[in-house]
Amino acid sequence: MSAVPLLKVNDVSKFYGSRIGCRNVSFDLFPGEVLAIVGESGSGKTTLLSCLSTRLMPTSGIVEYHMRDGQYRDLARMGEAERRFLMRTDWGFVHQNPADGLRMTVSAGANVGERLMAVGDRHYGNIRAAASDWLERVEIGIDRIDDQPRAFSGGMRQRLQIARNLVTSPRLVFMDEPTGGLDVSVQARLLDLVRGLVHDLGLAAIIVTHDLAVARLLSHRMMVMKDGAVIEQGLTDRVLDDPREPYTQLLVSSILQV
Amino acid sequence: MTDLATYNFAYLDEQTKRMIRRAILKAIAIPGYQVPFASREMPMPYGWGTGGVQVTASILGPKDVLKVIDQGADDTTNAVSIRAFFQKVADVAVTTKTKEATIIQTRHRIPEEGLREGQTLVYQVPIPEPLRFLEPRETETRKMHALEEYGLMHVKLYEDIARNGHIATTYAYPVKVEGRYVMDPSPTPKFDNPKMHMSEALQLFGAGREKRIYAVPPYTEVVSLDFEDHPFEVQKFDKPCALCGAENVYLDEVVLDDKGGRMFACSDTDHCEDRRDCGHAGHMLARKEAAE
Repeated sequence: MSAVPLLKVNDVSKFYGSRIGCRNVSFDLFPGEVLAIVGESGSGKTTLLSCLSTRLMPTSGIVEYHMRDGQYRDLARMGEAERRFLMRTDWGFVHQNPADGLRMTVSAGANVGERLMAVGDRHYGNIRAAASDWLERVEIGIDRIDDQPRAFSGGMRQRLQIARNLVTSPRLVFMDEPTGGLDVSVQARLLDLVRGLVHDLGLAAIIVTHDLAVARLLSHRMMVMKDGAVIEQGLTDRVLDDPREPYTQLLVSSILQV
Repeated sequence: MTDLATYNFAYLDEQTKRMIRRAILKAIAIPGYQVPFASREMPMPYGWGTGGVQVTASILGPKDVLKVIDQGADDTTNAVSIRAFFQKVADVAVTTKTKEATIIQTRHRIPEEGLREGQTLVYQVPIPEPLRFLEPRETETRKMHALEEYGLMHVKLYEDIARNGHIATTYAYPVKVEGRYVMDPSPTPKFDNPKMHMSEALQLFGAGREKRIYAVPPYTEVVSLDFEDHPFEVQKFDKPCALCGAENVYLDEVVLDDKGGRMFACSDTDHCEDRRDCGHAGHMLARKEAAE
């Protein structure tokens, strides 16, 4: 890990009218680091993720991103064209529901190839080769390349969504409950896959989850949120094994032990 | 005529024409950009060319000579009714000769005969948005045009190749105009796409239901989208026209009987007649004359 943060978040707050979405969140994310944001429903996890990924504008605070040219840019001050370009090249966004992140009516190959075509790749053979390569990496059979995601199972859809996001070799991936709605054995495979990819590609990732097991398996560091604020943060193992805040203790102790 | 309702010249009132002309001027200034306009109700159903008729009505003058074609033919229902409509409400001269016309309203085809400066081709467009079937949200497609995000258009072509082994889109084939806007050339066969490139004539597109007007000014670059390893190609026919023997023209298939008999004839009826008048003959025509 290099010493220069990839993403600098400074005092970010988001209000929906007088209601609090999240408030005064600050942290740095370094290249190759996986950060989990955990907390119960309504604690502001998704709001925070939306603010970071420019899907929402924060009410106050600054989010800066370390661009490939070495400059830090304030995301809120970037032009829309530039921001959208960043989102489809240097970033990825994995939705909880794969239907939100995929084009359900075009083939798996085209889903993976879309980003390449968006950045100007105009060679069908190359696009298809890249798509097959990525389908293989996410353990989807090459014979499914011309099938539409509608014909895929939940787990396959989620893996396809991941492939679609990683094809442009992004440096930062946002994931919103990537394992939500999957059964446990499929979850385990997906987590294994994501852990391998993150490690191999040196991706930085911010993962929002309510599932502490996901955080434990994937993340280096975690933040616990409650009522819109970060109440505890630290190394994942430290937070989970030795929670300090009463709420974190409650959260950790409420996991069912089988 | 005294006991009939009297219409303004060319049916539309002057305020409406002014509004449409402004939209046309804007469309010409930004080639390929879809300009919204306040489309009026016309005395025909949507889908029958209400957009094209409004554009024609707005640019028509008493000295114009109008030609209307539908699928390349001058004698099909839609063409005949629109021609009759303008004869009635504007009393303009009409023709079926491409050479003589100053305004040609068309659905589906660009005449085979090269258009020249001073002529205007008016297209009737059903769905002006080339990205529509890939992205249903109008807010999003507008943004994509504004930011020149056209990767999605190639996703469509990719799908074609993945399913059929070649680009199987044969009509409404997307084009890039003047290196900027991606445009739907309305449901013309892709055979006609190369004719739009650097055309000497002004090309206007009107979509009545969708309330959009766009334009390709004369001498404008119009490039059909493709892949490096799957370049754009037009349809090829292995036989010449059965009536006039023309090659390298767009042919219609005509079923002759219930025993599989069929012929291929020019879709552009004026072009076909012209050639026959000049003495060209295809194999079916020769046989007919021999029978007589």
